[in-house]
Amino acid sequence: MFEDLRDLYQEVILDHGRKPRHGAKLAAYDATARGDNPLCGDRIALWLQYTPDGHIARAGFEAKGCAISIASADLMAEVVAGLDADAARALAGALQTLAKTGAAPALDAPLAERLARLLPLAGVHEFPSRVKCATLPWHALLAALAGTENATSE
Amino acid sequence: MNAGHDPAPFDVVRLRADFPILAQKVHGRELVFLDSAASAQKPRAVIAAMTAAMERQYANVHRGLHWMSERTTEAYEGARDAVARLLGAPDRHEIVFTRNSTEAINLVAHSYGRGVLAPGQAVVISEMEHHSNIVPWQMLRDAHGIELRVAPITDAGELDLEALARQLADGKVGLVALTHMSNVLGTYTPAARLARLAHDHGAKLLLDGSQAIVHRAVDVEDIGCDFYVFTGHKLYGPTGIGALWARRELLERMPPFLGGGDMISSVSFARSEWAQVPHKFEAGTPPILEAIGLAAAIAYVEAIGYPAIAAHEAALTDHALSRLAAIPGLTIFGRAQDRGGVVSFTLDGAHPHDVATLLDRQGIAVRAGHHCAEPLMHRLGVESTARASFALYTTLAEIDALAEGLLRVSEFFA
Repeated sequence: MFEDLRDLYQEVILDHGRKPRHGAKLAAYDATARGDNPLCGDRIALWLQYTPDGHIARAGFEAKGCAISIASADLMAEVVAGLDADAARALAGALQTLAKTGAAPALDAPLAERLARLLPLAGVHEFPSRVKCATLPWHALLAALAGTENATSE
Repeated sequence: MNAGHDPAPFDVVRLRADFPILAQKVHGRELVFLDSAASAQKPRAVIAAMTAAMERQYANVHRGLHWMSERTTEAYEGARDAVARLLGAPDRHEIVFTRNSTEAINLVAHSYGRGVLAPGQAVVISEMEHHSNIVPWQMLRDAHGIELRVAPITDAGELDLEALARQLADGKVGLVALTHMSNVLGTYTPAARLARLAHDHGAKLLLDGSQAIVHRAVDVEDIGCDFYVFTGHKLYGPTGIGALWARRELLERMPPFLGGGDMISSVSFARSEWAQVPHKFEAGTPPILEAIGLAAAIAYVEAIGYPAIAAHEAALTDHALSRLAAIPGLTIFGRAQDRGGVVSFTLDGAHPHDVATLLDRQGIAVRAGHHCAEPLMHRLGVESTARASFALYTTLAEIDALAEGLLRVSEFFA
């Protein structure tokens, strides 16, 4: 029945949507931001902890949202660990392109590996109403990196 | 309408043939359209009326001294008569055309709110209002010093009438603005009782009939309310047309909402004189084609008859409530005694958006989200719900398709 939905709901998405590994507030953090999608009511709160030299040490989140947005947030928390702000922003830009077009932009090797982990999110590009579900956590990431505390996927 | 002859028996298969779009397929499957509370599909009669006007009889209204303008003005003003008849309004001049319910409520909030209510007075709304009946009153509160009170609902999703009476007790409330039927819970509010309650405390009553008038006959005289608003596109008519009914003495006291052509009797640079009601409130070229389409929609509904529509939809709603209640992990929101054909629900293990996407792939259109009622979502303790809503063209088989589709969704996310 749902064969054609397997692009959208790949096992990785269902798994991380159901059991997020990073779905908790960090006890200590250096930056935080909220993301809201006013159209659908999805919400995310994101916390980042930095290393002394300004790399992202860890990310944690609490979210109310669909399988796509939770999985995207969880995969994001996984792949941004160890990145500095510029690299994290580049990865966020690549994810947005991936979600909107289904194609992964070319990135340098270390980032390309991390982007490969996000490829299961490419399926949303065929579902225009769901693209924002995948990008919302990344809007929150950009806001946290910029030190602004509110983001929207609008 | 229908005086002297009975309407044809209700035959949903025959009626569905009046709606060309229902023959469309989605994702290769028969369309099961269960999102009519957001906007209803249009019968051929509406499409034909608007097309005929554009092809054969169209000009601007109220101004041209020529045949086309005179005939178009007759059609436009005929639509006003149709709305007056639909609402049981005693005077056709009490019908103001607007763009939709939202604009009608904004008109009242602006013209009655600022022009008649005094700072320090209060407006009461309820916890189950659509944003269109919340935000205009917040804007009035902030601009004009009006207190905004919110009447609670019970856990069953009905208005808490005792709490509402307490909010009216100090006599400060000038206007009570409530939904006539919740777009989320399906709850019908006890309109006539609310009118008596408001009037007993010196307040006027506005009812938002956007959902209610689609499913049941409305008579503003029987209800005894003071303002009634609805929108055309949910009543099988086109978008861009809605109406406000208000008692004439209230309209006379209210200053204009928008300024421009058509709403004046004379203009000079020193001052302008307003036109008589309702034209005082209809600035600029009105939605002429949309009014003609709305008149056709009203005639279509009246020809079928509200009693038949209401009986059909009550059967659909009963069937839906029993089928959905049997689905493991499904929670239905709202169990009002008096309810219409709107059923909101959540499914354990699947977010409403995921539910909607998986139903869509089966050809079933439902709405998922906060339904423009975020405060109500908060009251219900959820971020969003999925919602199936029914219309005169909905069939029992479509309800069964929904129930079976939801079981497949549950399996997918299990």
